[in-house]
Amino acid sequence: MGLEIVQIVIFLAAVLLAAKPLGSYMARVYEGRPCGLDRVGGPLERLIYRIGGINPTSEMSWQRYAISALAFGLAGFVLLYGLMRLQGLLPGNPEHMTAVAPDLAFNTATSFITNTNWQAYGGETTMSHLTQMAGLAVQNFLSAAAGLAVMAALVRGFARKTCATIGNFWVDVTRTTLYILMPLSIILALVLVSQGVAQTLGAFPRTALVEPTKDANGVAVDQQTIAVGPMASQEAIKELGTNGGGFFNANSAHPLENPTPLSNFLEMLAILLLPAAACHMFGKMVGDRRQGWALLAAMLVMYVGLFTLCWLSERGGTPQLAGAGADIRPSALQAGGNMEGKEVRFGIVSSALFATAATGTSCGAVNSMHDSYTPLGGLAPMWLMQLGEVVFGGVGSGLYGMLIFAIVTVFIAGLMVGRTPEYLGKKIEIFEMKMASLVVLVPVLVALIGTAIAVVTAAGRAGAANPGPHGFSEILYAYSSTANNNGSAFAGINANTVFYNVSTGLAMLMGRFLFKIPVLAIAGALAAKKSIPVSPGTLTTHGPLFVSLLVAVVLIVGALSFVPALALGPIVEHLMMIGR
Amino acid sequence: MLQMLRQTLGVLILLAVITGLAYPLVITGIAQVAFPHQANGSLVVRGGKTIGSELIGQPFTAAGYFWSRPSATTPMPYNAANSGGSNLGPLNPDLQKQVADRVAALRAADPNAPAAVPVDLVTASASGLDPDISPAAALVQAPRIAKARGLDEGQVRQLIDHHTQGRQLGVLGEPRVNVLALNLALDDLAPPRPPESRPHD
Repeated sequence: MGLEIVQIVIFLAAVLLAAKPLGSYMARVYEGRPCGLDRVGGPLERLIYRIGGINPTSEMSWQRYAISALAFGLAGFVLLYGLMRLQGLLPGNPEHMTAVAPDLAFNTATSFITNTNWQAYGGETTMSHLTQMAGLAVQNFLSAAAGLAVMAALVRGFARKTCATIGNFWVDVTRTTLYILMPLSIILALVLVSQGVAQTLGAFPRTALVEPTKDANGVAVDQQTIAVGPMASQEAIKELGTNGGGFFNANSAHPLENPTPLSNFLEMLAILLLPAAACHMFGKMVGDRRQGWALLAAMLVMYVGLFTLCWLSERGGTPQLAGAGADIRPSALQAGGNMEGKEVRFGIVSSALFATAATGTSCGAVNSMHDSYTPLGGLAPMWLMQLGEVVFGGVGSGLYGMLIFAIVTVFIAGLMVGRTPEYLGKKIEIFEMKMASLVVLVPVLVALIGTAIAVVTAAGRAGAANPGPHGFSEILYAYSSTANNNGSAFAGINANTVFYNVSTGLAMLMGRFLFKIPVLAIAGALAAKKSIPVSPGTLTTHGPLFVSLLVAVVLIVGALSFVPALALGPIVEHLMMIGR
Repeated sequence: MLQMLRQTLGVLILLAVITGLAYPLVITGIAQVAFPHQANGSLVVRGGKTIGSELIGQPFTAAGYFWSRPSATTPMPYNAANSGGSNLGPLNPDLQKQVADRVAALRAADPNAPAAVPVDLVTASASGLDPDISPAAALVQAPRIAKARGLDEGQVRQLIDHHTQGRQLGVLGEPRVNVLALNLALDDLAPPRPPESRPHD
């Protein structure tokens, strides 16, 4: 257990150490100051503004910012949908993939423009190299950039006083892509290649098996077809942009996407990197770094708690495995525990760290199959999504989600002591509270109503792959994941049907845009407000008291919304497991 | 409206070219020069023949080879063009039956195998392509291998020890044994007996 704890501590320390320098750098990017890469990126940046007819010094109202974000998403959808439908006719298709079916293409395009990266398809059996590179990977960058842009706009809302604008969407998206996502991706992609992640445009190699085998029909098989492609470049942005859409069906469990414990460590770090750094950036931009660290502390507390639940549940294995004759005791010679759906090189601790990092953020990548987790081990990633993706959260969306919870927290605290709530010198009034309530409630409603519709329709129930409460958990997980733009799955669910492609597609759209627009409305309203000076009655929002209140609000909202549903799924399954 | 269209398409298309074409092509170029082995899938070539990838597991069922972990890929195990796990839930009766069957198969091949078998050897991996087994899962197979190959059990254990990779950088991940590398080393040490003498093929 000692070495497992060392791995956990090293990982969290690496996240926290990177947050400060990267957060300061991000603040420079969003404040339009020189960031050190201007000589390389500057000409490209100016070219984009010239061709787009964009005046980078002209700023936008929140309405214009929101319309630009919607237009950008819509255009990205059309491009990606078109690429998938036409891939059979386009170059960059050495394995002769045919056009993606309309419902699947709708679902996938929605999934990638909303930064969800729910995968109803198996990458290596569906998508051409061109679609992977110029379609999916492009949205890995751009949906992440759009999320970060909205975050920057909200932070400006807090930082500015009596100002009618919140920044320029096009400038934010361009600068995010060129100065933040691209340089980090280049570095990470090359390190991943050195570890064994493939990066080629060639066809799949066919190799001879050492010992021939037979397929399901008894036909002899003496060859192995090894799917490869431009993977490292995509893997890097998949984690950094908290996208999670894998090149392969098995995602980051696949040995060519995530070949070594070191590649796994770097992928996990990449997932938490920008969401954690964004907290520091926020503190810097509002002129009080402690505010950023308070939010990060709240995230960390919830992460460590739910990670521990997941880790210990998986480490303990199940009585069913032991009863069938498996030795599940951890030792120096084996990880032990519940190894169904896990890889030996990651064992239990690196699987649980990854699972919770990728569900606490909106990444949704997996390096183990959550569907085969123990009931409580699977509850942890599911609840992390249901909390609204604020435990680090997605790039951009994590911080703006957490700031909304901070607004709700000061409001509740204000009610307790009978004072007008304020946060960072801004009065929180009725309009902000209406919008904040919408942001908190939309994903909850979408997830629960989606689940309810699926379980009362035959087409919905047909998707569940496992019997009993676990089948219900699969459906609940699917709608929690899509409504919160996570994208991971209890992957046994058969989601590539018209019912699931359409319903989860709509869930993703509502979870993204019905969230983003009210956030921008709050940004606009806050920017327009005066700043009121701190008085003795002002609630301090950077101390342990506020952190505890914030954690309590997030957990209570998450529990009130989802405990009844969780009781029907993982909780009853846990009772069945131990009651055997 | 027209201005919005120009802005949207201008930014989208230029960024798509930068992130979707320039970036992956530059990375591919650098990777192919700097890390050609890894960039092409870490292929294993023996006697001029490509016999797999260091990173992708292969199915082994002969008594004289170390068995890999069970694989849930379809239509055959270790299908490296269609990765995936079983996705069986922890209480799914199919899972319990599969694990029990695998334990029974191991015992059938070696009646002296211990009562409880290392869990990774009887559970399907997440990718269906796991190239590794735990050292415990390798050691539990040593007596069977020694018998099938006419080797001393100590020699087999030594080979396992030699092929055990520790935690990366001393702390990361878990100790593991690459099954393909181990079996190839086994073939070098004692060539396999002709197929008809294999009791379990």
